[in-house]
Order: sequence, then structure tokens, then C-alpha cells
Amino acid sequence: MNETVNDVVNDVRSSALADPDLPRSNGELTFDEPWQGRALAMAIALVERFDMEWDDFRRHLVAAIEADPHRPYWDSWALALEAFVAEHLPGATPLA
Amino acid sequence: MGTEAGSHHHPRPTSPIEDRVAALEALLAEKGIVDPNTLDDIVAYYENELGPMNGAKVIARAWVDPEYRDRLLDNGTAAIHELGFGGPEGDNMVVVANTPSIHNVVVCTLCSCYPWPVLGLPPRWYKAPPYRARMVREPRALLREMGCSIDDDVEIRVWDSSAEVRYLVLPMRPEGTEASSEEELAGIVTRDSMIGVAVL
Repeated sequence: MNETVNDVVNDVRSSALADPDLPRSNGELTFDEPWQGRALAMAIALVERFDMEWDDFRRHLVAAIEADPHRPYWDSWALALEAFVAEHLPGATPLA
Repeated sequence: MGTEAGSHHHPRPTSPIEDRVAALEALLAEKGIVDPNTLDDIVAYYENELGPMNGAKVIARAWVDPEYRDRLLDNGTAAIHELGFGGPEGDNMVVVANTPSIHNVVVCTLCSCYPWPVLGLPPRWYKAPPYRARMVREPRALLREMGCSIDDDVEIRVWDSSAEVRYLVLPMRPEGTEASSEEELAGIVTRDSMIGVAVL
């Protein structure tokens, strides 16, 4: 069964690299916490709503990761989202 | 029962970043810019509808239909769209085929570019600095650590996904599957084999 094979591979992986960012042996969660899903959905909704390119958001994501490569991924995503909103909807950011 | 946290149940404290995301959503909702219900739908879609099962159908079709395989390698975006998959992060798909002498593997060195329509959202390790750095620097060693040993006489090609291009690996069809149906074949294609960190 595929799942079993995957579990074995994942176990090998976890033990080999011992990195908390590696997948769990019981399978991958899409989001660790609900706010991460909200942050993802907001980025997608805003890009669609304003008919922008995905890269308009991605530039901010790359910049946020570059600024602190070891910050948790979704934290960088959230900061990118704030920067994205600040750029395109200057009146709508809590930071303004 | 009887766990340390079990008896006294306080609400979990929220993190600052979580509060900021919630504040942003409240503000965008108040201004009518995003509808929270739409966000619910998007989250559900990404959690339930997108995933490697879509990519597996693409791979299985390519294995059974040589003309589809040619189209897939020629114009990945269009061929994938033929099967009904497309959307954000799937606009410029390039499919790279493994052969007995070439093994392909995909990374995004800058962030987390990944072909959402066919693989869903990326696994955590794909977004993590060790994978992003080491897959470029020492792919053979990292693949071995990930349980995917590639023979020394097989060339490893590392593809860096970007805003311009998202890569998908077309794994080799396993031996002994000549009699399998397309549907059965789709059942054996794994996410990791389409990233290139596993062989089937």
C-alpha cells in the first residue's frame, strides 16, 4: 500500500535529517494552525479580486523570506501579506 | 483523560502574528474587500480539492498515452489543463521526464514556488531552508538522506521553480505495471516522485 511506503520514506527522512520542518510520519498537515489558511486565502482572494498576477504577491514573499530565512514560513507569509496590502490598498492596512 | 493539560482547559493564547492576520482579515472584511465566506471556500478548496492526486492523473495519462506524453512535455500548462487542472501557481508548467540516465528533482531556492494545481500546497520540508539550500549544493547526498539513492552513473538535474516556471517531474513507469489500468497507475504515483525526491 502506498501509504505504508510513504510512511517508511517519511520515517527515514525524519531520522536522517532530524529537522522539525520535515514531514511527520503520520502525514502532512496542510496548515498547522487555522490562521495560516486564512493568510493563504487572503493572498489568493486579493490577487483575484484586483486581477493581479500571482507574482505581485510572490515578490513580497521572497523579500520576507530573504529578510529572515529562518523565520517560520507562515510568519513570513503573513508579513508578506501585510506588505502586499500596504502596497496595493494603502488605506486598508492596520499598520498605516 | 489524565493528560497534564486535560483538567484545566484554558483557551490557547494567540500569537502576535496570528492576531495580526486576524486584524487584517477583519479590516478587509469591514471594507468589503474580502468576504470571510470566500476565504472559507478557498481554504476548503486548498485543503480538500487540490493535491497530488491531480498530478498522479496527469502522470498516469502520460504513461498510457504517448501522444499525451508528447503534449505534456511540449506544453505542460496546456496538457495539464486538458485534464481540468489549472489556476494560481499553475500558469507556466514545465514537465521534465526521468529516464534511465537522467533523474530530475525540483526545488524553489527563493521561496516555495510549487505547482499547486497538480500537487496541492507544498510539504513543510519543501519550504524549509535545509532543503532549499542543499538540493542545489549537494542533491545526490540529500536525495540519499531522503531515502532516494540515485546511481552514480545517473545524471541529476535540479530545477529551480520560480515565478516564471513551475516544474513537475514525470517519473518513470515502474516495471511490472504493463497490465495496469490508467486508474491503477494513478494510484501508485506519489507526491514525492513528482517532486523528484522519490522514485517509483
